[in-house]
Amino acid sequence: MTDMEKERNLKYTVITDKGVTVCGRVLEHNHTGSAMLTEIYRAQLGDWPKFFKMDTLSKVGYLASELLLKELGERRLEGEEYASDRAIVLFGTTASLCADRNYQETIQDSDNYYPSPALFVYTLPNIVTGEIAIRNHYRGETSFYVLDGYDTGSMAFHLQCAFQDDVTESLLAGWVDSTDNDDFRCFFTLMDRADASDLKGLENELKGIMDNLK
Amino acid sequence: MARVIQCIADNVVSPLGRTSMENYVNVKAGCSGLARFEEMDRVSSPFMLSRIDRYVMDELCIGLDIPDGKYTFFEKMLLTSSIQAVRKAGIDPSSDRVLFIISTTKGNVSLLDRDVKGFPQERVLLGKSASMVSRYFGNPNAPVVVCNACISGVCAQIEAMRALQSGRYDYAVVTGADEQSPFIISGFLSFKALTDTPCRPFDKDRTGLNLGECAATVVLKASDAPACGWVLEGGAIRNDANHISGPSRTGEGSYLALMEVLRKCGREGLAFVNVHGTATAYNDEMESIALYRAGLIDVPVTGLKGYYGHTMGAAGIMESILSMYAVQDGTVLATRGYAEQGVTYPVNVSPENRPAHGNRFIKLLSGFGGCNAALSYAYYS
Repeated sequence: MTDMEKERNLKYTVITDKGVTVCGRVLEHNHTGSAMLTEIYRAQLGDWPKFFKMDTLSKVGYLASELLLKELGERRLEGEEYASDRAIVLFGTTASLCADRNYQETIQDSDNYYPSPALFVYTLPNIVTGEIAIRNHYRGETSFYVLDGYDTGSMAFHLQCAFQDDVTESLLAGWVDSTDNDDFRCFFTLMDRADASDLKGLENELKGIMDNLK
Repeated sequence: MARVIQCIADNVVSPLGRTSMENYVNVKAGCSGLARFEEMDRVSSPFMLSRIDRYVMDELCIGLDIPDGKYTFFEKMLLTSSIQAVRKAGIDPSSDRVLFIISTTKGNVSLLDRDVKGFPQERVLLGKSASMVSRYFGNPNAPVVVCNACISGVCAQIEAMRALQSGRYDYAVVTGADEQSPFIISGFLSFKALTDTPCRPFDKDRTGLNLGECAATVVLKASDAPACGWVLEGGAIRNDANHISGPSRTGEGSYLALMEVLRKCGREGLAFVNVHGTATAYNDEMESIALYRAGLIDVPVTGLKGYYGHTMGAAGIMESILSMYAVQDGTVLATRGYAEQGVTYPVNVSPENRPAHGNRFIKLLSGFGGCNAALSYAYYS
């Protein structure tokens, strides 16, 4: 396929606390919020028990990435196969606020003080990039950027910048926010160098995708 | 042709000084900011901390005309360091050719504590703090926060280099800081990662890490002129794809990041590698493996955690700045706390200051999430 024939629109998955869309296809579910995440995981994936120990931000990002890669028919690297040419670059406004609040509850009262390493580790937003890298054997760049608002111009710019690492051939890119266990918004897409070459075009595409999160 | 990315100004605010030079002189003299604390709020176990005195910070703010009551301690850290660096650089920070990049892991997370009052809850959002800083300088561009755990400071400089290479900006102000609140201290204690004695990087008796507070800034400039002064020549970020809270046993991500930096920048003139050297059993062992695999086991290494503790969002920036001063001073700084080799592949580390030979250094970091980053600066006279 030449660049001219290449489909212009990015394929993407969207997850909010109200529903899940995979490349335009709406998935059925009976629950909303955190219960929906478990329901979708069981119905669509069910092959990675580590999912259950993840915090909300990681669960949402993990589901969105897995559903996207599955829909696109990506072959999973297994065993000793690893790839350094795929980076994971994520954005958001809340960072790990959901995990931060959950952890703060464990240290708020001296009578009920039980800081947990299992909760604390998720108080870093880039943990979701690590979870996805582990699942997919990606040894490329992993980055998490926090912005002050839905800023598709900055996103497009920093995504284009990521391709300055000349080992990086493709990006698993997205947006993920969560303020509490039942409040989250996320999209994931897969893009190559050509997708990031036209900054204005990329920004417009991201704008269209981000409208799904509002 | 690629633009040349120069570091034209820097600043470090820490318990060891208010400028980079004060910090460098104190480190070279062997001073440490680490002190023992028996408790802090609801944290009741002892720990070591290199803590910025709050009165000293307020005094510094008054000296820099930073309005009282408007900024949190974390934001004051960012401002005191960035204001000094921007003045030193002599640039116009309100220009649309300047980008602000903030490196932090937890920002204003202490505001989540119900006993902490005086600031709106939304300030816990990292983007809000970043905007407070860029607005202070009247900068019109949207700032970006790099939040990649302990490697954020190196990632922020790599991102600044890319933003400048793109041609959209001519200057990047890269500032990193973290406040050590009970949130972070209790978390690291729960991980059993902290020691209540001064940390001992790469030593056989190392028992864990110390935390520290610092704010550090580099001002980077893009130019088409031939390289002169300090030039940021390359950097890379790689993931272990192994574990979210433990480093790879083979040092995979650090090895890959080092190899990429060596491919871009070469080995010639490499005076030392400034390592992460947190003094946890796993980190230092992993770094020794990565250095060995990258063919760097004989190159002098130096770690600064014995002077500052782990300063998180500031670490990658402050440790890069002190490395610049050390190279120009012809010194491989002593690794404070180290006495006897304690890693499988013996690294070239020393408890004494040593002469340095070369015009280049590599800064290496790794962090939770399996992330690793390395960059290389070179000095051209």
